[in-house]
Amino acid sequence: MHYLLSVVDDTANPGPADEPGAVDRFNDQLKQDGYWVFAGGLQTLDTATVVDARSGDTTVTDGPFAETKEYLAGFWVIEAPDLDVALTLAEGGSRACRRKIEVRPFDGIA
Amino acid sequence: MSGLDEVVARVHRDEWARVVATIARRFGDLDVAEDATAEAFATAVERWRDDGLPPNPGAWLTTTAGRKALDRVRRESRRDEKQRQALMLGDQLSGPPEPTGAVGDERLRLVFTCAHPALAMESRVALTLRMVGGLTVAEIARAFLVQETAMAQRITRAKAKIRAAGIPWRVPEADDLPTRVAGVLAVLYLVFNEGYLATSADADPVRADLTAEAVRLTRLVRELLPDDGEVAGLLALMLLIEARRGARVSPHGELVTLDQQDRGAWDRDLVAEGHALVRERLASGRPPGRYQLLAAINAVHTDARDARDTDWSQVVALYDQLVRLDPSPVVALNRAVAVGELDGPHVALAQVDALAGSLDGYHAFHAARADLLRRLGRSADARAAYDRAIDLAGNSAESAYLRRRRDELGTAEGDA
Repeated sequence: MHYLLSVVDDTANPGPADEPGAVDRFNDQLKQDGYWVFAGGLQTLDTATVVDARSGDTTVTDGPFAETKEYLAGFWVIEAPDLDVALTLAEGGSRACRRKIEVRPFDGIA
Repeated sequence: MSGLDEVVARVHRDEWARVVATIARRFGDLDVAEDATAEAFATAVERWRDDGLPPNPGAWLTTTAGRKALDRVRRESRRDEKQRQALMLGDQLSGPPEPTGAVGDERLRLVFTCAHPALAMESRVALTLRMVGGLTVAEIARAFLVQETAMAQRITRAKAKIRAAGIPWRVPEADDLPTRVAGVLAVLYLVFNEGYLATSADADPVRADLTAEAVRLTRLVRELLPDDGEVAGLLALMLLIEARRGARVSPHGELVTLDQQDRGAWDRDLVAEGHALVRERLASGRPPGRYQLLAAINAVHTDARDARDTDWSQVVALYDQLVRLDPSPVVALNRAVAVGELDGPHVALAQVDALAGSLDGYHAFHAARADLLRRLGRSADARAAYDRAIDLAGNSAESAYLRRRRDELGTAEGDA
């Protein structure tokens, strides 16, 4: 199964800077153990732009789509046999990047 | 009830969880497993009436439930993956019944799956009762005083998460076993407590069906993890509390406190079994966990022939250990009550009052305070504390007890 491990940060109470090299080491381990699919860190929240073309007219708005304190700071996509393995990997990811991790299974992956 | 009905009821108790567990693992789906197992039992009632009981009812049920599940998956085989699974499983199911050696392990998988930390605690409790205990949704809803539809939804959501999130059918690795076992034990303790002191005024004050179910499931976990100290501790704790159940509510439906109970009405076999488990844990020489300490405290209480013979210094010493493991205000409250027996109500009241900040909404806090104030002769304060405790207490037997204590205060002092 594929799982999205979302890195959750908080504007009101941001996580501390990563231990230098910790995330790289974690990524290398994921690759070595065959769980790695894809991962990325995201630029800060104020770089977000929302596009809405649902009504026919396109509006472009500065800022993120949800006005919450917690936001997505980055993610891993992994392939793991079950949730227990995904949770164990998330534990390692949380330690490496020193932030909360949300684990969610993919409904489908193209 | 006819002889066959009794046999079916017994087989249902003994085999339900094992059949569900086996089918759930093979088909990877709790809904399929549950429906197929229920169908297999329905078929069993008809067939056994005509043909008599098969030599191995458990194996008969597993095979029948497996076929029912296969039929259902084939009927729904619009989806390719399920079709492939069904074809693959067909071969396994036509073979001889599984050896009984795998039995315990299958049930343990089910216990651990239902009590997975990724599920909300209330869902874990409901799912464990449904899938492992075989209780109906209506029974579980009644036990926890929620609407049947709400309980059905909770169970459905939990099953859906197990399926969609890929919660595995396995007993956790040795490394994470302690944390997972802790979750399983917490679920079983919650079930037991709900049965022992129902939290609602509308329910029976004591739900023997729930306490019995919790004891039965804990015995199951103990059978499967015989070396785990906390499993033994929780079983001992439940047995020593369960032993006193019959003496705990008066014929008038009023709570009878430990010091007032007829000790001759305690179940001696359960007391002996509980004590043996506590001794076994002491002999292991390993440091006790929370349940083992609670069991040891209950062993001291059940050891005394008379409430006056209770070794309170031992009780306080055990609470001292417990406070180090679990520094929660509730533990501190219970410790203070024991201190009251050892060092008098003055010392205890100071300790209880210090907990007011965190326990003001907890009926047992006000009940303990009321008792200490009564012993110190502060009737007006005691009355106010009883009133608070009565307002907060949900259990009908407990409210009745508290009201009588308060009213006795009134007649004695005449200051109502």
